[in-house]
Amino acid sequence: MQFLQVACFDEWRAAARTLLCNEVHPSEVHWTQDDKSPGLFDGFSQVEHAQKEDADQDTRTHTMRFNVPSAFLDLARTVACHRNPSRWQLLYQTLWRVVHGERHVLELDTDDDVHQLQRMKKAVTRDVHKMKAFVRFRKIEAGNLPEIYLAWHRPDHLIMRLAAPFFTRRFKGMSWTIFTPHESAHWDQKQLTYGPGIPASQAPPPDEQEELWKTYYASIFNPARIKLDTMKREMPVRHWRTLPEADLIEDLVRDAPARVKVMIDNHEGFSETGVHYLPEQRDLSSLRKAVGQCQACDLCHDATQAVFGVGPANASVVLVGEQPGDREDVTGTPFVGPAGQLLNAALFQAGIDRTSVYLTNVVKHFKHEQRGKRRLHKKPDSREIYACRPWLEAEISALKPKMVICLGVTAAQALMGRDFRLTQQRGVVHKTQWSTRTLATWHPAAILRMQNVQRKREMESQLIEDLRQGMETTR
Amino acid sequence: MDVKDKLAILADAAKYDASCASSGSGKTRAGSTIGSTEGMGICHSYTPDGRCISLLKILLTNFCIYDCQYCVNRISSDTPRARFSVAEVVSLTLEFYRRNYIEGLFLSSGIIQNPDYTMEQLTAVAKVLRTEHHYGGYIHLKTIPNANEDLIEEAGRWADRLSVNIELPTEKDLIQLAPEKKKPEIVDAMQGISEKITESREDRKRGFNSPRFAPAGQSTQMIVGATPTPDKTILKTAAELYDGQKLRRVYYSAYSPIPHADARLPGQSPPLVREHRLYQADWLLRFYGFDASELVTESDQNLSLDVDPKLAWALANRHCFPIDVNSACREELLRIPGIGARSVKRILKIRRFQHIRMLDLKKLKVAWNRAKYFVLTIDHNPAVKQLDMLDLHQKLRQPTQQLMLFDAIESATSGEV
Repeated sequence: MQFLQVACFDEWRAAARTLLCNEVHPSEVHWTQDDKSPGLFDGFSQVEHAQKEDADQDTRTHTMRFNVPSAFLDLARTVACHRNPSRWQLLYQTLWRVVHGERHVLELDTDDDVHQLQRMKKAVTRDVHKMKAFVRFRKIEAGNLPEIYLAWHRPDHLIMRLAAPFFTRRFKGMSWTIFTPHESAHWDQKQLTYGPGIPASQAPPPDEQEELWKTYYASIFNPARIKLDTMKREMPVRHWRTLPEADLIEDLVRDAPARVKVMIDNHEGFSETGVHYLPEQRDLSSLRKAVGQCQACDLCHDATQAVFGVGPANASVVLVGEQPGDREDVTGTPFVGPAGQLLNAALFQAGIDRTSVYLTNVVKHFKHEQRGKRRLHKKPDSREIYACRPWLEAEISALKPKMVICLGVTAAQALMGRDFRLTQQRGVVHKTQWSTRTLATWHPAAILRMQNVQRKREMESQLIEDLRQGMETTR
Repeated sequence: MDVKDKLAILADAAKYDASCASSGSGKTRAGSTIGSTEGMGICHSYTPDGRCISLLKILLTNFCIYDCQYCVNRISSDTPRARFSVAEVVSLTLEFYRRNYIEGLFLSSGIIQNPDYTMEQLTAVAKVLRTEHHYGGYIHLKTIPNANEDLIEEAGRWADRLSVNIELPTEKDLIQLAPEKKKPEIVDAMQGISEKITESREDRKRGFNSPRFAPAGQSTQMIVGATPTPDKTILKTAAELYDGQKLRRVYYSAYSPIPHADARLPGQSPPLVREHRLYQADWLLRFYGFDASELVTESDQNLSLDVDPKLAWALANRHCFPIDVNSACREELLRIPGIGARSVKRILKIRRFQHIRMLDLKKLKVAWNRAKYFVLTIDHNPAVKQLDMLDLHQKLRQPTQQLMLFDAIESATSGEV
């Protein structure tokens, strides 16, 4: 019986080679782990020493060559990093079989030896993967010294040298050191060197960036489902102490049910739209009768009445404004207030008979704010526009106009999409699902509000021009 | 508002995008000094919902001019709003990356002003990271349908992956829930990206040194359960996307409770097991040689909820079984319930040297409880006798339980069926 002590893969390989040369059967060898950690006392020289020894071994045994599949050496190199003391024995035993007539043994995943080696390999590979994932660098800046990033990580196996090359590729332009209890790796942006490990008590201090990282962690978490087992399987609890974000887990889990309840209980907007109030008959007079009953949004509560469109049922041009104003709300007819008067003048100048076109609004109820005795116009929001939209759609479907003219951006965006820009696309004729010709121009109220006299005149003439253009294309 | 407040809002707003993949990009970009991509993605952390954190997944802004009902960021939502500057996103990405918190950046955005402007901002982040900071890590950019071709071209040059969300499986669903989004426009956008990817690959194959375009391909996401559209239609849409647009992944996202939910939508979320079954079926389409039309066996055109789709297919096609694991071809082995693609590979390898017994299959960790009724091994397998029994379906049915979202997330990443 031979007793052998090895500490790393290279030592094992050298020993195994000698044993094979001497035809020593696996049952005649007892392998034990040499517990000296590489580099614990003499840093880098340990590696050189091992390599030198390796070279010596080579000259001793160069007379005998073993043709071992490279897949076995890869497997052995990985398994050598496992902490299980029986790995050296198992590796030699399998190597023996490979050399003695069972070259294909590695292909047999169901063979007991191979199965066990594969499991060890998987454990080591996973550990390397987890190290790549869970190392957390902390930036250290001291005075005028260049910044350096330090990390302390506790792997399950002896994998520093398997994992370190990855970090040199990923963090090439950073100087860093990764410590483990067993060994450390240092990169100065040119060369990777290994040194002794340090205990957890000497781990680097927290980094201020960790606050932001925790904010991200807490915000990306979806409280709607909790699955702690999955989390713990993929991020084992033993790694939590080096992960800054792990501090938050307890609170996040505790608060989740309450957050979900709030999400389920609270809804926004209106569950109904005008569709629920549309009459069976979709002609204009039936629609006009039905619109008074609409309660799809909250605007109906404060308005006097719904203001439906006016004009002949065979009108070929439809003008769409935003919503009724104070006067319209009281009279029940669109465009009768100050803006309506400006529109009348513009229509006259464009040579259009007001009674020949159909006038309506995107929103049928007056949205306003009470200021003393006055009711001030308020822009309808997208929920109200959405809820009211079916009425406008029904009106246009009943009319089948040749031209739809949107007055102002609210109408334009409702009919031509929310990225419509009035300043850029005013007066341009578009094909829409509503009409082969749709264009948008200024709302008369916007012209009324304009302070700059010159600009006001310009807008006015643009409105007239756009109206004229709209009318002409229908002829 | 400081960066921390913005981060809280804009990460919260981004969490409904299922994708967090950071794999498949191939070699690290030449000249990088910080960051790498080496094929396999790494999950750097896990949240208590069981999902991994691989990327810094944020929106540039959650202001949005659109009103898509299923979305927390729709214009009509009361959710708090914020906007990052390009420099802030660049700095966050680099600081997180240097500390090994993340594999890279997944940047999306609400639509502000117009599609082109939004796309310009997204592309600027990627460009600054690549050109000014020599960043070689992963970047996934959401592209905006209708954005200018040249902008997409540039985005693809700096990003590893591009995606356009199809959002809903049919045109009708889109009209109903996302009136501003049009299916032809979305498909056009995908087509444009797909053509550019192919073009760049072919040029490089021919030896031209043309710039890489989205080397990790493109993906998309579909929301399930916000409309009554059945699984059959969903899978058909997915199959079309895989074939027509050469997508790397289609993600399915069960419509789940969100804060600021829209009152117009169905009140409760669909059973999450449905999302899980869709991922299983998706995997069968891509890696197991199944056709979308074979998979949906139920009369209501939905996948069976009580058994997985492969098992459901096997139960409906018992005349194809039992399959002899010692002689069947790869395509046949892939159809056995409980035996995954990896096990099939091993079976094929082992059987060159020895006959396969029941014990071998168990050692390979196949799901023997399901597989045993459908396979012949060299030794006697008594369970095969029950293959034709009428109550086999009953026996194989999983105990009914509400599946959690995470099971679905798991199947999204592993696809184990």
